[in-house]
Amino acid sequence: MTTKDIVKIALFAALTAALGLFPPIDLPVLGAKITAQSLGVMLAGALLGARRGGLALLLFVALVAAGLPLLAGGRGGLGVLLGPSGGFIFAFPLAAFVTGWLLARLSPDASILLGLAALILGGIGVIYALGIPWLSVVAKLPLQKAAIGAMAFLPGDLIKAVITLLIARAVRRAYPAL
Amino acid sequence: MFAPFRPGSSWLHRARPATKLLALAAAGTGLFLIESPALMSALAALALALFPLSGLPLQAAAAQLRPVALLGALIVLVQAFVGGPETALLVGARLVALLLLAGLITLTTRTQDMINTLERALRPLARFGVNPARGALALSLAVRFIPITAQIVADVREAQRVRGLENNILALTVPTIIRALRLTDEVADAIEARGFDPEKGTS
Amino acid sequence: MFALENVSHDFGEGPVLTGITVRLAERRIGILGANGSGKSTFARLLNGLVVPREGTVSAFGRSTRSDGKAVRRDVGFVFQNPDSQIVMPTLEEDIAFGLKNLGLPPAEVTSRIEAELNRYDLAAHRSRPVHTLSGGQKQLAALIGVLAMRPRAIVLDEPTTLLDHRNRKRLLAVLAGLEQQVIMVTHDLEALAGFDRVLVFEEGRLFADAAPEDAIARYRALID
Repeated sequence: MTTKDIVKIALFAALTAALGLFPPIDLPVLGAKITAQSLGVMLAGALLGARRGGLALLLFVALVAAGLPLLAGGRGGLGVLLGPSGGFIFAFPLAAFVTGWLLARLSPDASILLGLAALILGGIGVIYALGIPWLSVVAKLPLQKAAIGAMAFLPGDLIKAVITLLIARAVRRAYPAL
Repeated sequence: MFAPFRPGSSWLHRARPATKLLALAAAGTGLFLIESPALMSALAALALALFPLSGLPLQAAAAQLRPVALLGALIVLVQAFVGGPETALLVGARLVALLLLAGLITLTTRTQDMINTLERALRPLARFGVNPARGALALSLAVRFIPITAQIVADVREAQRVRGLENNILALTVPTIIRALRLTDEVADAIEARGFDPEKGTS
Repeated sequence: MFALENVSHDFGEGPVLTGITVRLAERRIGILGANGSGKSTFARLLNGLVVPREGTVSAFGRSTRSDGKAVRRDVGFVFQNPDSQIVMPTLEEDIAFGLKNLGLPPAEVTSRIEAELNRYDLAAHRSRPVHTLSGGQKQLAALIGVLAMRPRAIVLDEPTTLLDHRNRKRLLAVLAGLEQQVIMVTHDLEALAGFDRVLVFEEGRLFADAAPEDAIARYRALID
């Protein structure tokens, strides 16, 4: 691990925090708003790769646990991590790792759909896989009900995967030395 | 800095962060083993009482609940229909107790102390190639970077306002990430110029 | 005290420096050149941040190729952008960073921090979040972070470019009072007035190497 790696890891932790400051994105069709923060999870995996991306989000969660208000809406502290949405947040490091890992498995000329699939599986699938059971435990609701509740965010998350793909490609073009 | 820590001298303030975190983990686990709504409500009230007992105003307690209020209310409502009023009370009281206890730790522990404790907790990861001293640098760097990246976002937003793109997610994120990445080369150089050795880390 | 022997370097896309042989012993040395002339790379050779593809660079008798770490104890480096150099959230912690890298005992670290903060009148700002400091304060803080390590020479890469007039004068005044050898890359011709020697780079080669007035005149002729 070089010094540059350490710096990039720290930077992406901070970027994920900065994404929490973005104005919520309107989805006029669904009448919902989505926050940009989970883009940070997928981007870390996509741009830094599994190991560095995972560490970046681990760093992020550690800082949130330490009390810094880095989650969208200025939230932070142990309470948010133990509350109903805690599982989704705890999943961030693993999600970034899996996203990076899956993307690394693709050949350079793999189709965009495969890249998107990697982002969805790693960036969304993993988060829901940890978040929904935790929600179900905290809310004492059967898994299905918790899942249905969480699924309301799925359309927004799918759009985020597409956005992430676009961002990652643009960034890589401008800064190939990642 | 911008953390919710409130200075004080209560026993909670003086306790070691590691102890508090372990106690929280134990209490949290215990809470999930209790099935009686009455007992749970009592525990939630106890958690609330710990606030004034630690010299913290009740507003601080309310502040812990506010971010999760909407989601919490929704869950309790759903539970009222699914499991009945008793279950709803159990779940609601448990949520309150959890948030208040966790909040007590966050409010009575300095961010830096928490970071030091977490850094020590990450030491077992050394076998996965995570050097704890590097971890300390990464933590401090990340904290240092937060206002810098926030400023980059603000600058990019200003620049994109001219093109009417100040709310366009792509127009905001791509330049922000690129500008931030360009910083990293010089930051890495500056770190090594001051003697940091990535093999050893700082003492 | 630096010696470069037949140094050439490239970053994979064409030569950045070619055939540089020079000894730097004077107390105050300036480096001029257009952007892309190789001057910044030259500066980074002096503390071993960059090791040349060909040739050798030695600082205070040590080779940067084999002894980079020891070289960096002797040679401090100040960058253009203070935000790249201050790596800790507060001044105190940032000064401590370099000192801890040197392996100094905690008591020494503390006493040096006190000394430097007081000498430069920044003691009141020791625990403030760095991003609340002004640009001038930050650049001074970055310099202090290096000075606290007591290097034998300091290399600066355009330290005043991002500063306003007043802070520029302040920083230059601080530099003028330093004991150690100062080597400064700059676009700021006035700042070189009291210097002993000025090198001018052009397209990777040493174009001029003389007393400030002469070198600056040649530099002016070059860019006009």
